[in-house]
Amino acid sequence: VDMDTVVLEGATHKKAGPGSVPGVPAPPVKRPKAKKAKKAVVFFEVEILDAKTKDKLCFLDKVRPLHKYCVCVGGGTHPQWYAARQSIRLDPKGKSLKDEDVLQHLPVGTTATFYFRDLGAQISWVTVFLTEYGGPLLLYLMFYFRVPFIYAPKYDFTTSKHWVVHLACMCHSFHYLKRLLETLFVHRFSHGTMPLRNIFKNCTYYWGFAAWMAYYINHPLYTPPTIYGEQQVRIALIIFLFCQVGNFSIHIALRNLRPPGSKTRKIPYPTKNPFTWIFLLVSCPNYTYELGSWFGFTLMTQCLPVAFFTAVGFIQMTVWAKGKHRSYLKEFRDYPPLRSPILPFVL
Amino acid sequence: MASMEEDGSVEEKDNNNKKRTKSAIAVAWLTFYNIAMTAGWLVLAMAMMRFYLQKATHKGLYKSIARILKFFQTVALVEVGHCAIGIVRTSVIVTGVQVCSRIFMVWFITNSIKQIQNEESVILFLVVWTLTEITRYSFYTFNLLNHLPYFIKWARYNMFIIMYPLGVAGELLTIYAALPFVRKTGMLSMRLPNKYNISFDYYYFLIIVMLSYIPLFPQLFFHMLRQRRKVLLGEIIVEKDE
Repeated sequence: VDMDTVVLEGATHKKAGPGSVPGVPAPPVKRPKAKKAKKAVVFFEVEILDAKTKDKLCFLDKVRPLHKYCVCVGGGTHPQWYAARQSIRLDPKGKSLKDEDVLQHLPVGTTATFYFRDLGAQISWVTVFLTEYGGPLLLYLMFYFRVPFIYAPKYDFTTSKHWVVHLACMCHSFHYLKRLLETLFVHRFSHGTMPLRNIFKNCTYYWGFAAWMAYYINHPLYTPPTIYGEQQVRIALIIFLFCQVGNFSIHIALRNLRPPGSKTRKIPYPTKNPFTWIFLLVSCPNYTYELGSWFGFTLMTQCLPVAFFTAVGFIQMTVWAKGKHRSYLKEFRDYPPLRSPILPFVL
Repeated sequence: MASMEEDGSVEEKDNNNKKRTKSAIAVAWLTFYNIAMTAGWLVLAMAMMRFYLQKATHKGLYKSIARILKFFQTVALVEVGHCAIGIVRTSVIVTGVQVCSRIFMVWFITNSIKQIQNEESVILFLVVWTLTEITRYSFYTFNLLNHLPYFIKWARYNMFIIMYPLGVAGELLTIYAALPFVRKTGMLSMRLPNKYNISFDYYYFLIIVMLSYIPLFPQLFFHMLRQRRKVLLGEIIVEKDE
């Protein structure tokens, strides 16, 4: 994203500008693009305060109204406050301003006060996704191949005699491989980064559950589905595959909504692909299909840990779906009223 | 951390600036509830004292008060409901964890494992719980009635310094004493193969529970210490953001 650093305007005037805080070194300087100003331009003054302590962090005068800005606060004293970590907001407890926000369009007078908050160490979404999905893929395979020190030594490197166990391994691996490839090639992320601690939380969740499930499915004493036997596994496989294709279709449809590099938001609608027709009834069909996949996997393996994982995932995805649904309703007046967040007509 | 208390009332105090008027029904119910719970734990305290004075031993004491304890401790589940519907300003999760850990001790340790009911550690945590709960519920009661005597506030924010470690000791020693009996009977455990493809070993589960005290106890203890500095000593502490 090409941004002009407004900071420059304050710095080029004098070494220490009229309102600048002594002890805070002048912020770093970047060349702005030349703007043609035919008429007189109203300049803004911007002061940035710390959201918690209300200390003045920096003061900028002669700020052009049309500049988007990427403020490098405290470039000298706090070099670790890189741009992704900075949250600038109009109100100390309010929402963060976006990178694209333009001074002139914000509800401020010619003297604007912004509040700065350090978001903490950040990590890119892509990194998080690759780590949290790569783990389950590898861990499950370790259990499948019965790597030593998991089961009794006499079972090391043996394989299960049940064909459903092989099927389950293929499905599980396929699922996470699909997720990895989607992360690399399909998804368009609105945010670049998330807080660093998220990677520990997320990896514990995914890796922990993957290990727990894989331990029992690949256990020498595993019991294949007993209620409806082979019939159950077949139906489960169909459900699983159907939902995998569905989930992928939704991801592609959502990707196509957003041109490359942009962060625009539009209402998703059904396309020619029948798997997307579920958009008529649901706001977040990607979650619906994901739930369906794991439901299928639970049926296939008849394993209680898988059921728990499905249940927990369902709860989390419902929370996310409701949030997304609510923000769609807030943002778009003409949002289709028939849609539910995650389960048609129900939830 | 069954001996730990929730500190919802401090958060209520912090919100005095943004006045949250509760409905009259809510206040009436909460007042009744807190008075009832204070009374219940007082009854428990007196029953314990009477038993000890009459019998001069702690053996059989748990059995004599088991019914009252189970009743009043289980009823505390409604406090989770209070948080969920918003008439008490504490996080549902904190209260939930708190109450569940108490329920766990009462129903899954002392109630289920009869052989440890006469251990001294049981008396230890019972005394701690009783003193803590009487203080806590009377604190809430007086708060709701807007007539909080200083000594109750003092008790609530000072006693924990002794009560927490003692309570934790009592609980840990009790669980530890229960381990051999759990191992022997294989209670609440499930082995492979079975049609749900899951296994559960209560013995190892209890060991994990005991280990979990190590990270959890300091966090809760220091949290109460911070609350104490804020409430009793009027210190202004800038909280670290999430």
